Formats: sequence, C-alpha cells, structure tokens
Amino acid sequence: MKIHEYQGKQLLAAAKIAVPRGFVVESAEGAAQAFRDLGGQIAVVKSQIHAGGRGKGRFKEHPDQGGVVLVKSAEEAAQNASRMLGKTLVTKQTGPAGKTVNVLLVEEGLKIARELYLGVVVDRGAGGPVLIMSSEGGTEIEEVAAHSPEKILREPIDAGYGLFAYQVTKLAYKLGLPPNAIKSAHKFLPQVARFFIDNDCSLTEINPLVITEAGDLMALDAKMTFDDNAMFRHKPFEALRDLSEEDDSEIRAASAGLSYVKLDGNIGCLVNGAGLAMSTMDLIKLHGGEPANFLDVGGGANVDQVTEAFRIILSDKHVRAVLVNIFGGIMKCDTIVTALLGAYEKVGFNVPLVVRLEGTNVEVARKMLAESGRPIIAATDLTDAAKKVVATLSA
Amino acid sequence: MSILVDKNTRVICQGITGKAGLFHSQQCRAYGTPMVGGVTPGKGGTEVDGFPVFDTVEQAVAKTGANCSLIFVPPPFCADAILEAADAGIGLIVAITEGVPVLDMVRAKRGLMGKKCRLVGPNCPGVITPGVAKIGIMPGYIHKVGSVGLISRSGTLTYEAAWQLGNVGLGLSTSVGIGGDPIVGTSFIDLLDLFQKDPATEAILMIGEIGGNAEEQAAAFIKEHVTKPVAGFIAGRTAPPGKRMGHAGAIISGGSGTATEKIAALKSARVEVAESPADMGTAVKRAMSRK
Repeated sequence: MKIHEYQGKQLLAAAKIAVPRGFVVESAEGAAQAFRDLGGQIAVVKSQIHAGGRGKGRFKEHPDQGGVVLVKSAEEAAQNASRMLGKTLVTKQTGPAGKTVNVLLVEEGLKIARELYLGVVVDRGAGGPVLIMSSEGGTEIEEVAAHSPEKILREPIDAGYGLFAYQVTKLAYKLGLPPNAIKSAHKFLPQVARFFIDNDCSLTEINPLVITEAGDLMALDAKMTFDDNAMFRHKPFEALRDLSEEDDSEIRAASAGLSYVKLDGNIGCLVNGAGLAMSTMDLIKLHGGEPANFLDVGGGANVDQVTEAFRIILSDKHVRAVLVNIFGGIMKCDTIVTALLGAYEKVGFNVPLVVRLEGTNVEVARKMLAESGRPIIAATDLTDAAKKVVATLSA
Repeated sequence: MSILVDKNTRVICQGITGKAGLFHSQQCRAYGTPMVGGVTPGKGGTEVDGFPVFDTVEQAVAKTGANCSLIFVPPPFCADAILEAADAGIGLIVAITEGVPVLDMVRAKRGLMGKKCRLVGPNCPGVITPGVAKIGIMPGYIHKVGSVGLISRSGTLTYEAAWQLGNVGLGLSTSVGIGGDPIVGTSFIDLLDLFQKDPATEAILMIGEIGGNAEEQAAAFIKEHVTKPVAGFIAGRTAPPGKRMGHAGAIISGGSGTATEKIAALKSARVEVAESPADMGTAVKRAMSRK
C-alpha cells in the first residue's frame, strides 16, 4: 500500500524524525493561510499524488504550472494552489493520463546546505532490509545507479536491532558530512531504519534528505510503501489509503480475493495461479495479441469469485475476447466449468470465449462444456488457446 | 534416488486441524507419503481422521520421530511455526502459507542460520518425488517418475511443466516449488547444487519469473558448477514495470528484474530457454540431446 507524502511525514514526525513544518490544505485560501501561519519569507507548495517526478511534472490544464513550486507571498501561494487543486498533474511516473491533485502540502522554506539521497528497501539478495545513501540528493536513484554506481552506499539493516552506530559512522565519513551533521545522523539514520522495521515498510525513501545550514538532517520528501501482508498488525494505516489513487477494477478484484492488474490490450484473461497467468499473457503476445489484464483467481476459487472475475474482465470496454486457462490441481476442472457456466448465464457474454482446461477431472469438464450448448471455443493446449483467441479478433 | 525426500521421510503437518491443512494431509497420505501426525496448539491429545494431534512440534517429534514438517498455519503465525519446527530438530520444513509478512521471513531466515534444517517456501506448492512422497499441494498424478529435476517459483506453472514433461515422455526425479515471495528459504542455487550432485537427476528445468535477481544468480552458478543439461523458462515477459503480478516477488522495479535480462543471463550460461510457456517440455528434450 502506498501513501501520500504528507501522510508519510506525519508518521515520520510521530516517530520523532525531523520533517519541515507544514500544513495540509485543500483550498487556495487554505494555502494562503498556511503561508501566513508558517511566517517565513518563502514556502513550498507541493501536489500530493502517489507518483514521483512532481517538481518537473506539469498540469494538463496549465502547461506552465509545475507540481511543486516555491512561493514568496500568501497571494502567490493561493494563486498557485488554485491552478493545482482539482487539476491533472502529468509526471514521468503517472503516464499520459496524469493524476488529479486533491490535496496540497504547504511547507516552510529551509536554508539548505546539502542534499542527499536516503532509501530503505528489502534487498532479496542480502536477505533483509538495506539502507541506501548517495551524495546525489534529489536525483532518482536509478539514474545515479546507471551513471555513477560508485556514489551509492549500502548498509544492511539488522531486522531485529536496526542500524548500528558504526554503520552510521561509516556512511557519514564516506559522505563527507561535517561534524555537527554527523551528530545529527547518529540520531536520524537509526530512527529511519527503526521506522522501516516497526511499520513493516517495503520502501521508505527520503529524497532529498537535507542537511540544513544549522547541521540538522531533515526529511524534505517522504515516499513510503507498506507490506500489504503485514497490514493485519497496522490497522490504523487502513485509514491512510487513498482509493482515488487506485484502479476501480483492481479494488473490486482485491475485495473478491482476486489478483487483477489492468493492462492496455483487448484480450481478457482468467487463469489460476500467478505464474501461469503471467505466462498466458506472454503467450497471447507471442501470437500477436495484446492481453487486457492479469487475473489470477487463485487456488480455491468458487462460483462467486469466478463470476466476479468475469464481470471485472467484461467491464473493461476494450475487451474483445476472453481466454480462460485453467490447470486443475487441487481445484478440479469440473468445478471451474460449473462456475464458468454459471457465470456465463449471470454475466452475459457478448465477446468470444476460448477455454483451455487441463488437469484433475478434465474429461468430465470438457464434456460439460461441449454439452452446455454455449458458443464456447475449446482449446487443447496453451498454443492452441492463444492462436484461437487471437484469431477471433480478426474474424 | 531424489533430493530432499526419501523413504525415511516422516511428515507432520503444522496447522492440521485447519481446513487446508487437513485436506492436504489426507491427499499426501493417499499419495503414499508417510504422514505421521499434526500440530495445533490447544488440540494436543486429540485425533483428526486418524492423525494424532500434538500441542507442540517438540512433542510431535518425540512421539512420532517426524523429520519433516508441512506448514499450513495462517500468515501471522507462519514465521514462528517455521522457527518452532527448526527448534524441534525438523530437517525439512515445507511452508505452503501464502501472505507471510516479508520482515517476518527476514527474521525467521536469520533464526534458521546455524541450524541443521532446510526451509522450502513459503508461498509454494511444496516438494514431490514421484512414486515416493508428495509433501505439498500439487496434484500427484501429473508427475511421472523420471530423471528431470524441476525448480520453480510458481505453482500452477510447475504443474503445467510437469504435465508437458509427461507428454514428451519424461518424468521427474524431484520437483520443488521454491515460492513466489521476495524472501524464501531455498534458492535456485541451493537446488541446482543438489540436483547436480543427485545421481538420479539427468537434466534440470528451472522456471523463473520477473522480479529480483535470483535467476541471474542461478545462471552464474550454472556457468561455474552445473554440467548437466539445463532448460529454463521465465514468466512475465509482457508484464509492465511497477505492477505486482500476483506474487509478492513478481514485480519489475527500477528497471531491474525484467524477463529480458533473465533470459539473456540464462542463455549466456548455455541454458536452453523455452521461448513459449507451451515449450517447456520440449526445451528439456532439446537440452538433453544437445550435449
């Protein structure tokens, strides 16, 4: 689960990790008031969407308006806010459709001495969380990795203890931090490591992490993602979820216990198992088609789930054919066919349906399909299925 | 012979009184696996469908001589169940549970260090040596007895591969699903090593998917240490970056973990890569006839 920058900063602040003073606003007047309340000469108005690249991003409605702007008066804050709120921000990460900005974060301007990069992720190779730092703050870490990999520093984090003091010392000297900042780093970095562990994050990224002229480390940005599997022990996080940032069909699928990802093609797929579902997409593409989705009904899907799966697939108006690929293991093929025929009746198909079944009770299941009287195209194996479904598009 | 399991394997099920735990324990027993009991705290001393139930793994091991555990406990308790099994001296731990928090697995894996046990999974279909024992949720009948070692991150795709092997007249020495999570107990490399050393295994099929770099590491290992023919397949060529494809581990992030990179790495290690998922069985045949 992803959250917004302002929510991330509230969590960091609650964990005593330094963040700039700021106000969350949803109106132009609110932005002006925030500027006055901050009481400084400058402030920063930041669009809140679940995507990076906001500073360089531009609004569809106002092509010269950036997603993050520096303002010098309350009037300027209000003016910018009115050009951002309710408007669509397009960044490198949003795709051409962009995302609607509903909330702004107005923060104090800081006297910055240096900008660094700080990120924590779970590294599969290392078998645990790793803290990543770089002197190239503000830049995307992938770019730094591509151009100057020697500038990326990594320290493994003990998932029980956190970050050890010697690790902070190592990092601080490699980064060439001034003495007062080293002191601040000894507090800041272990707190971020602890934050990552305590909250079951899968990503905590602070980019840039700034060193103020006073030598304090502070999180100028906060991007975080939580491990969905650990949400059972972080119930309050559920309230941080912004459903407007997520795809409606994906939300629907998740609540039905299905794993669904919408794609850009026109062949809907219903498969059991994630690996087989991915392979089915690959196979469609290999035979000249474009998959409309990834959909894994899981190992023990029932009639209701399969019905909902068909509804979700068919609600995508780009879908012009559907391919069902089931390898019955513990889930028997005839169970799937019963569900499929039930769903066929309830949902109402208006596009061709190709079905490939294999595994437990496949003979019974094939007979049921053949005798159903439905115009379902049966396929004998994976290749046959992909060819047949692609062929329906040109028919 | 085979890897991981043999005729001395004695299996208990942690979470045997749950619906999935009981059903699959029955299925494994029907296949011929020596299922000797189960564990559910609070239900010790009872019996379900002929399986004696114990409160702790320690008790179960003392009473039954179990040396393998099949885990079905719910995700919040899975990592602890793994550690309990290891503490009781279980040698092979197969965790089927899907949805275990990543950091739980990080800590559990560290807890296993220095212990004489192997963890397979979590979020995996398990281990099967056809004709000997099935310790998992895979349908037994599609796995023919033979000499191909199968390693996979996926469930149903593994069944597809086993079935395709049968269609081309090949069988399996052992098939192992290593699981689709970012942190798993047993890696491709661990199993490549075991299969390379196993006299009953003549060829290896490894099925990977997008995300992480386990396949790249496996390719490097194959180059150095594997002399048996290896075929491979990578799922998720068409998956878009940043989207998690069902498995927690199947995600292309920051431009790494793509199928293209993995396929290139495997090919450079002389692995016969199946271009299509329909081609896994024949790819093994090609690898074996190549020499």
